[in-house]
Amino acid sequence: MAMGGAGPLLQRLDELARPAVTLAVDGQVVTALEGDTVLTAVLLHGAVLRQSEFGDGPRAGFCLMGACQDCWVWTEQGTRLRACSTPVTPGLRIVTLEVPWPRLG
Amino acid sequence: MAAPRVIVVGAGPAGTRAAEVLVAAGLRPLVIDEAADNGGQIYRRQPAGFRRRAEALYGTEAGRARAVHGVFSALRGRIEHWPQSLAWQLRDGALQVERGGRAHRLEFDRIILATGATDRLLPIPGWTRPGAFSLGAAQIALKAQACAIGRRVVFLGSGPLLYLVAAQYVKAGATVAAVLDTAPASARRAALPLMASRPSLLVKGAALLWRLKRAGVPVHHGVTPLRIEGESRVTGVVFRDSTGRERRLEGDAVGMGWHLRAESQLADLAGCAFDFDPVSRQWLPRIDVDGRSSVDGVYLAGDGVRLAGADGAELGGRLAALAVLQDLGLPAPAGVDAAALRRGLARMERFRQGLAIAFPWPGELIAALPDETLVCRCEAITAGQLRRGATTLEAPEMNRAKAFTRVGMGRCQGRFCGIAGAEILSAARGEPMQAAGRIRSAAPVKPLPVAIELETP
Ligand SMILES: Cc1cc2nc3c(=O)[nH]c(=O)nc-3n(C[C@H](O)[C@H](O)[C@H](O)COP(=O)(O)OP(=O)(O)OC[C@H]3O[C@@H](n4cnc5c(N)ncnc54)[C@H](O)[C@@H]3O)c2cc1C
Ligand code: FES
Repeated sequence: MAMGGAGPLLQRLDELARPAVTLAVDGQVVTALEGDTVLTAVLLHGAVLRQSEFGDGPRAGFCLMGACQDCWVWTEQGTRLRACSTPVTPGLRIVTLEVPWPRLG
Repeated sequence: MAAPRVIVVGAGPAGTRAAEVLVAAGLRPLVIDEAADNGGQIYRRQPAGFRRRAEALYGTEAGRARAVHGVFSALRGRIEHWPQSLAWQLRDGALQVERGGRAHRLEFDRIILATGATDRLLPIPGWTRPGAFSLGAAQIALKAQACAIGRRVVFLGSGPLLYLVAAQYVKAGATVAAVLDTAPASARRAALPLMASRPSLLVKGAALLWRLKRAGVPVHHGVTPLRIEGESRVTGVVFRDSTGRERRLEGDAVGMGWHLRAESQLADLAGCAFDFDPVSRQWLPRIDVDGRSSVDGVYLAGDGVRLAGADGAELGGRLAALAVLQDLGLPAPAGVDAAALRRGLARMERFRQGLAIAFPWPGELIAALPDETLVCRCEAITAGQLRRGATTLEAPEMNRAKAFTRVGMGRCQGRFCGIAGAEILSAARGEPMQAAGRIRSAAPVKPLPVAIELETP
């Protein structure tokens, strides 16, 4: 089996019977399930959560427990979210590709 | 006399049992936890709307999980419970807490810190690539989100959690490419006499290995991890096996971890004394047998101070609460026997020592990391930069190195690079690891929301 490619990073194994929630990730509509975190929602559709500020490439979180802070994404309004500990909410619009201006905090 | 104000930080097994004893003695403690619900790491609850049963989530520990959750539920109404609240500073007899974007300064008579642990990490080339996660993360994805971290997962590291999480993945229907343990098989045999102090755990460990074997998952002991491959995401892991042969495993995800690292920042901010623990090879707050720290009024319990596992955390939580009661001049509640709790903890301490022998921390691998390896994920600082800092910049210990190279100044505050940084510094200078000292904690212990309103007490 060839690894990599464009597919999602995470794989759902169970708990499929939850209501759907839609959010926008970099302008694209993404469907998640109630109870998913923002990190889960993004990584079930792709393999990148954010870009390192230091030019060393993409990141996709690491600890999932709010300790490494390697999963920050931004809402279109410029609010910072820790993707691994923020549940999805209907209508949430986030950006992963660039940090919006003004960059608060 | 007004009722004494007691705060418990952490609602895992240690914090839950501490609160239970305090309530039984007639107190009404405030229990603070950053998480949305109680349970802590091992007994982490799934979000509302998830339906899996405790057996599916916690396996052989389902009974204990139910018991700890049940105790906490029974405490509701008899404690103050602040979930989703971050305790971010502890100084001058007051705890600073962020709750829903508001800052609270809470004074207390006694405080029990039951803040648990996070994964202990060894940086290896490629560990920042999408698809590389901590072992704890791999488990949280499964427990709290019913997801696997990839289609074909390599588990890499050492310690009981390595086998546990791999077996949990197999049970949940995920594909596990292999388990790569840096500990040689001979280490486990050497540790048997100490680990025999908890035979039931040995049996559970054997059952995990059996499940992996039955599923056809290769288990390699004594490996040397060389790199995680892939540019935009993980595509495989390259390692040297115990015979010295270089091998490559195909996989799109890695769950990696080397046992645990105590979450001890609040104790540090409070001014508690720390000692270097040669067993776990990390700095831990100093406590007496019952959990009293060196600072009056500050008590410690659970994996944040002893790394004795979940059962040990329950005992430690009860003991710390008994110490609080004793120091307040209050009688212990009936049925809680300090001597029996201490005996139980002593047994777990022997087991902990056995674990450290069976699954040793491979500090020597860090010393051998290629210069270009990113050690600090937050600020992209490499092993080479740290080595140059250690020798040319005269940075004899972590806090000087931190000032020179910024390692440990990123937003994780050294949680994931601090131990590796100390190994690199000390190796570069030819000194024992403890000579590098430890990174001093800074408030806030985790980044706060941007706009935080200060509440006047
Ligand atoms: C990811 C992970 C998975 C684990 N899984 C297992 C397992 O499956 N089996 C096993 O035997 N052991 C496991 N362990 C080890 C396990 O954590 C413990 O043995 C046990 O949970 C320790 O209990 P505790 O009460 O000391 O800490 P924890 O259970 O870790 O609880 C500590 C609590 O304190 C809270 N907290 C910490 N700092 C703050 C703060 N500043 N402000 C507010 N709240 C705070 C945390 O949110 C957490 O809920 C795991 C450890 C980790 C890190
Ligand atoms: S993944 Fe580590 S803080 Fe979110």
